[in-house]
Amino acid sequence: MISAFRLVQFLRPYRRWAVLAPVLMMLEVAMDLAQPWMIQRIIDDGVAKLNLKFVIQSGAVMIVLALIGAAGGIGCSIFAVKASQGFGADIRAALFRKVQEFSFGNLDRLGTGPLITRLTSDVAQVQEAVQAMLRIMVRAPLMMIGSCAMAILIAPRLAWLPLGAMALVLLSVALIMRRAYPLYGRVQAELDSLNTAMQENLAGMRVVKAFARAAREISRFKGVNARLMDISLRVARVTISTMPVMMILINISVVAVLWIGGVQVSRGDMQAGQIVAFINYLQRALMSLLMVGMMVMQFSRAAASAARIQQSLAIKPRVKNKPCPRPASAPLGRVVFDNVSFSYDEHSGDPALENISFAAENGQTIAILGSTGSGKSTLAHLIPRFYDATAGRIMFDGTDVRDVDQALLRAQISIVLQESILFSGTIRDNIRYGRPDADDEAVMAAASTAQAHDFIVKLPHGYDTILGQRGVNLSGGQKQRIAIARALLMRPAVLILDDSTSAVDIETEARIQSALRDQYRCTRFIITHRISTAMNMDRILVLDDGHLAAEGTHCQLLASSPIYRDFCESQIGKDEEQRA
Amino acid sequence: MTGRWNREGNADPRSILWRAGPMGHGMSFKIEEAVHARLVLTRLFGYLRRHGFRLSGIIFFVVLGVLFGVLGPFLMGRAIDMFIYRGDLTGLARILAMMVGVYVLLSISAWWQEYLAVNLAQRVVRDIRNDLFSALQKLPLRFFDQHLPGEIMSRLANDTENINTMLAMSATSLIRGVLSLISVTAMMFAINGRLALMSLITLPLTALLTRWLSHHTRQGFRTQQSNLGALNALIEETISGQRVVKAYGREETAISSFDLVNGRLRLSSTLAQIYAGLAGPLINAVNNIGWTVVVASGGWLAVEGLATVGTIAAFISYTEQFTRPLNQLAQLYSNMQSALAGAERVFDLMREPPDPPDKPDARRLDRVNGEVVFEDVWFGYERDMPVLKQINLRAAPGEIVALVGPTGAGKTTIANLLTRFYDVDKGAIRLDGVDIRDLERDNLRRKLGLVLQDNFLFADTVMANIRYGRLGATDNEVIAAARFANADHFIHCLPHGYHTVLAERGENLSRGQRQLMAIARAILADPEILVLDEATSNVDSRTEKHLQEALMRLMHGRTSFIIAHRLSTIRNAHQILVINNGEIIERGTPAALLNRGVYHNVSRQ
Repeated sequence: MISAFRLVQFLRPYRRWAVLAPVLMMLEVAMDLAQPWMIQRIIDDGVAKLNLKFVIQSGAVMIVLALIGAAGGIGCSIFAVKASQGFGADIRAALFRKVQEFSFGNLDRLGTGPLITRLTSDVAQVQEAVQAMLRIMVRAPLMMIGSCAMAILIAPRLAWLPLGAMALVLLSVALIMRRAYPLYGRVQAELDSLNTAMQENLAGMRVVKAFARAAREISRFKGVNARLMDISLRVARVTISTMPVMMILINISVVAVLWIGGVQVSRGDMQAGQIVAFINYLQRALMSLLMVGMMVMQFSRAAASAARIQQSLAIKPRVKNKPCPRPASAPLGRVVFDNVSFSYDEHSGDPALENISFAAENGQTIAILGSTGSGKSTLAHLIPRFYDATAGRIMFDGTDVRDVDQALLRAQISIVLQESILFSGTIRDNIRYGRPDADDEAVMAAASTAQAHDFIVKLPHGYDTILGQRGVNLSGGQKQRIAIARALLMRPAVLILDDSTSAVDIETEARIQSALRDQYRCTRFIITHRISTAMNMDRILVLDDGHLAAEGTHCQLLASSPIYRDFCESQIGKDEEQRA
Repeated sequence: MTGRWNREGNADPRSILWRAGPMGHGMSFKIEEAVHARLVLTRLFGYLRRHGFRLSGIIFFVVLGVLFGVLGPFLMGRAIDMFIYRGDLTGLARILAMMVGVYVLLSISAWWQEYLAVNLAQRVVRDIRNDLFSALQKLPLRFFDQHLPGEIMSRLANDTENINTMLAMSATSLIRGVLSLISVTAMMFAINGRLALMSLITLPLTALLTRWLSHHTRQGFRTQQSNLGALNALIEETISGQRVVKAYGREETAISSFDLVNGRLRLSSTLAQIYAGLAGPLINAVNNIGWTVVVASGGWLAVEGLATVGTIAAFISYTEQFTRPLNQLAQLYSNMQSALAGAERVFDLMREPPDPPDKPDARRLDRVNGEVVFEDVWFGYERDMPVLKQINLRAAPGEIVALVGPTGAGKTTIANLLTRFYDVDKGAIRLDGVDIRDLERDNLRRKLGLVLQDNFLFADTVMANIRYGRLGATDNEVIAAARFANADHFIHCLPHGYHTVLAERGENLSRGQRQLMAIARAILADPEILVLDEATSNVDSRTEKHLQEALMRLMHGRTSFIIAHRLSTIRNAHQILVINNGEIIERGTPAALLNRGVYHNVSRQ
């Protein structure tokens, strides 16, 4: 809650507007408050005394007051919008910059979905709240207090009436909310299950159809849907009382004023105009009170958003450049792991990698093999410093990677990630992503090596084919090959393929590997499940549960490593193994 | 800010309370409109008619509420003129008692009207959701291959929620607004024609102002919305691809393209919001002027003896009742428009052509031997782009047929055709000699078992997930199937064994474990024919052994189609078909192909 208020610093550049807006709102409220008072004067001093001139004059004054109020209101609105829009845009920009600084470790922790929510709906919530804070949040309480004060001023003896009525309104709203609030959580839960049921059904449509289970799915959905309706109706039954209860409270107070006022008038202590004005102020006070209550509810939501934004802004990036990072010299591509250990969670210390040591000389091709969860990807991610090693060090051309500028390091080490993410835009732009100035020849050469050229030119617009968001209109294997071409275009000194050919068929994969061997001189790390791929590499690292279990060529490992033999047997079978 | 970003909050029941907001500040305009509004309304009315009792109840209470609402101020005026001015306290007490009665009845009818409206809206939306969901289940797989799940979800969640809001709030508010406009006008003319005429002076002013404002606001919001969409898309894409941005060191470029779009959004929303923000103070001013006109001209008439103070008091109340709905009309109208646009999208989705129904004389096969024949099968997902060309194959009962070939060769398509997820363009597929298009679709699919590369599991218990194969299976049968599938062991290691609830899509299991579950499910279903689509790829070697074993057991005695690139599964095949570019280029037993060298090419890699 407190951290939410730290965001106020983003209003600082707009402080002039942020101060002007509420001041102008005060002007509008003051003019609004003058209206019923003028009405009272017209009735009691004009009509009752048959003074037509006074009536006309007062009318003219009221119109002037209304216009001044409008000017104040418009000014307030303009300044509030300017301040809050600037505020929102700045927060969004600050947050976006922050995300760009994040290391993979930060991204893992926060998750893509929540980050997007932060940048979109959370910022919008806070921005809306600020806009409201500068306008309605000023207007409603001022109106409430002002109306109350004016009512009491007009008829001090009736002061207990607006105060009492307000207390009653507060009490009844509180009672209603107390009954309704616990139910909201249940509505949300049922809504979530409806969404889940739907999402599951869509994602599992093939299974549903394969097992011919449409009837069951429909009846399941109807059940969830009915539950959602029931609980929504239960909430509604409580909350819809708010307006009728408010109406009855306001109207009964009006009747009370008429009665008490009537008695007073008959005694000559009060005038009819006062009754009319008093009723008016009373209505305004109660309506504003309701408004304040609603604002408070909305603000609690915005405060939650603000706290989440503040949290994200306060995160320190886990991988940072040293103050004076060393400029990298002409890269060779020698990678050395020196007793490296790593764990994703520093506190629990559950290691993902333990005491890994090996050296990859430049130009070597190294396969990394191991079952799921053995630490293959983790090892690959440490080389371009997506994470920092917990212990030990990783040397790139003889320099600790932590001493090299991150941008330079990553320009020399290219990695093709397991999930091939492409951006919207043309295929050419996607391949050129790392080197926007690359010419067509270079793009095509990279695509050819990645075995992507042939299918790209068959597409309706060739390299100019526009991909949808995240490249939805290509097959998995095609996306992987474009991602490989993108990495090759960088002409890196070290190339890492993190299981990047899993959706490519075996023949094409073999062609990619041999093209790489012939055309790209660089140190290569190939993470794979396939023995057939690993077999032909210069060296194979076998990982098992975060440990380097064995290291050597295919033949060496067949002789020395039982884990490796296991792998071979399950994939090729004994006879082929011997043949190879 | 408006629109999209708040959409997710739409379902919040608090919005029911929110509508109580009396002040016109912060209008928001949505820009969509239904293309065939009349058609949409007709369909919507079809749903409303099912709840005719509630519908007439709402209309009854709306009318009652409007009448009581008009009566209140009238009585107040009388109270001031007839009794307060004359000091007649007994008369005052009588008329005030009447007022209390009127107000109590007003609140009661308001409650009932709202209760019924919410009730009706919820029921209609439930019906629409059920119908939409049922319609979706009948759509061909082609539809789901072509549409993003997010799109469909948005129809089912957001658009229906907008219909809910429209029915529960906007529609009744609109009706009530129009009715009270008419009755208040009538009442004002009945009480004092001259003053009524004077009060209507601000009417054209309000109308002009609203029109001018909504025109500009609409335009402003349109640009804002498109900039917002652009920014959202940029954010989503960049953040989803953040790892690539980092890997290629492109943070600066990402920031500069973000700043560009962010700045554009800021500019356009500032403009849009300023226009929208004008509405509050301007309408407030017009209301104040309206009052002034009523009070000043009423005062004038009163001085001339043509009106009373009570009349002025009543008119002050009436002007308020009069202007409030008028100010809301534009807002309500645009809310309704966007809800109707949503409804149109929902109804359009319901009208998507479903899978062609089973033939009237469709057959059911009880016992199947399992002979599968492809006769000259041609098929393409798109017209004129055949994926399969002239496929001929015959699998004898109990035979294992392996399909190998590069990605995109058409292997998976063969599975899609066999299950009738898609129908062949030319030729025929026969099961025990019967064209599968002459079978009931559900009957055919119950004879087939499908184990895919990544099998979908539901966020339910392990038990329920396996039982999906045969809903009537007992717990013991489920456990036996799991044991048979080599899944029993890992299931016992889960925190609650068979009663462990899986995460969404079974993501807390490894891929191999999900495969074992899928095999158990298939075993329980006991199909005569099996299709294994890359069922063993990407599984770690430890699970793989169990998986192989389970698959061999499953295939025993069943006609099986294996789409695979691992040799150990193919070696047991009775025939291997090598597919390339949609054609079978080689076929034979593993031994025969091995001799011809084709198989060797595949096997070496």
